[in-house]
Amino acid sequence: MITAKRKPFEEIKETVKDYNKIMVLGCETCVAVCQAGGEKEVEILASELRLAFGSDGKKVDINEELVIRQCDDEFMADPAFLKKVKEADIILSMACGVGVQHSCNYFSRVITEKPVRVIPALNTTFMGANLGVGIWEERCLGCGDCVLEKTGGICPITRCAKSLLNGPCGGSSEGKCEINKDIDCAWHLIIERLEALGELDRIKPVEMYKDWRPSHSGGPRKIIREDLRI
Amino acid sequence: MKSGSNLEKLLKNGEFVVTGELGPPKGTDVEVVKKKAAMLKGNVDAVNITDNQTAIVRMSSIATSKILIDEGLEPTMQMVARDRNRLAMMSDLFGASAFGIKNMLCLSGDHQSFGNHPEAKNVFDIDSIQMIHMVKTMRDDNKIICGDEIEGDFKMFIGAACNPFADPFRYRPLRLAKKIEAGVDFIQTQCIYDIKRFKEFMKQVVDMGLHEKCKILAGITPLKSVGMARYMAANVSGIIIPEEMISRLRGAGKGNVASEGIKIACEQIQEMKEMEGIAGVHLMAIEWEHKVAEIAEQSGILPRPQV
Repeated sequence: MITAKRKPFEEIKETVKDYNKIMVLGCETCVAVCQAGGEKEVEILASELRLAFGSDGKKVDINEELVIRQCDDEFMADPAFLKKVKEADIILSMACGVGVQHSCNYFSRVITEKPVRVIPALNTTFMGANLGVGIWEERCLGCGDCVLEKTGGICPITRCAKSLLNGPCGGSSEGKCEINKDIDCAWHLIIERLEALGELDRIKPVEMYKDWRPSHSGGPRKIIREDLRI
Repeated sequence: MKSGSNLEKLLKNGEFVVTGELGPPKGTDVEVVKKKAAMLKGNVDAVNITDNQTAIVRMSSIATSKILIDEGLEPTMQMVARDRNRLAMMSDLFGASAFGIKNMLCLSGDHQSFGNHPEAKNVFDIDSIQMIHMVKTMRDDNKIICGDEIEGDFKMFIGAACNPFADPFRYRPLRLAKKIEAGVDFIQTQCIYDIKRFKEFMKQVVDMGLHEKCKILAGITPLKSVGMARYMAANVSGIIIPEEMISRLRGAGKGNVASEGIKIACEQIQEMKEMEGIAGVHLMAIEWEHKVAEIAEQSGILPRPQV
């Protein structure tokens, strides 16, 4: 899933301080699962803002809203909801960066009376897995050309700090990465997994230059599925 | 000959080679380079010029290598995958060749988080093994990666690093084999202090016949002080310093630790001369270039052979 972390409160407060009608808009999908921007987090942030502005003596109207997905038009089309969006001076989106951009784009298309201002309350971080209560770890960079079949199901592009395809480098020590002893050396894990599978031969040949075009290096990406468009 | 460098010729003749190392200045001061070069001249066969080592910004490896050539020394230009994509690498290699640089070392590079710009974005478009393959293709096929012909000749003696002290230990000879498959001509190892582990590593290398497919130079770094030994063991990636070596340094007593460190380095050089599969030593006297003459003298490697 996409994981995110809330921005520091002071930074959020600073970005909304000049507005009177603020909508805190949560998203019930990825960011709700990683407990950064779901219903509970919307409530907490809205309460913190009310308290902070209250103690500053500033009167603000803070409205809490939630949609299933901010990255899809259909979940934001409810007229009653759009009316509230129109009334707000600013939308503080608690979605990932995709949701922030998409909701802004959608609102701008359907609300023609005035420009709609949408800003982020979260820092979108990575595509990762939940490893236990309160722990998420990066697993995929979306390079567009998966190599997991060769590497025992452990991604060297994402989990090696140098994205080495012929690792491990000389900095691997006792199973840990040279940059941080809290990070596993991906190549150490790959070698152990392939040994257990009896497939160490898979990484004996030199892995040649990666074609980065399917990744972000090839420019912003787009998928068009003609079979779904008919 | 692959490049016709002094280093290549000496290794071909079966001489026990000695390479040195020179860290460029953190700025434009050419005199620093000239001073260090003068200390190394005549004591080593070629000099590695580091490429923003430990991710600290320094005078470029290519420019410093050119200064060395002008000073009458032979450089081995280091190149890390951290700071350049394949376009920049190939273009710099053309330039290096045009300047008369004939040896290079292909490295991944320390992560930028160790350096003075930890907020920088890294590159790692290709890795060190792919870099070896790229340089070999340029030299042997006279083509760059995309297949375009190189205008003019491109000659380079291709080196790479090997760290027998990194983990997983059992995989290290296999990684060396991959570098050989990619086309490496010579290898310089990480600084050796744990001789027991190094011997185990070399036994596997010799059993696999890897020493016959590339020349292996053993990395030697004299320890200046007990503090330096402790610092390196704790902070430098992939370095193991056994406790008995630290005890020996400490046992030398106040004022004698540095000379004991040099004595240990000289003994190591002697030991490497005897070891099967070792073709020379890579002497990295970090910010201690003025001691290289003394080490060379004491370890009996002078005069350096001429070709």
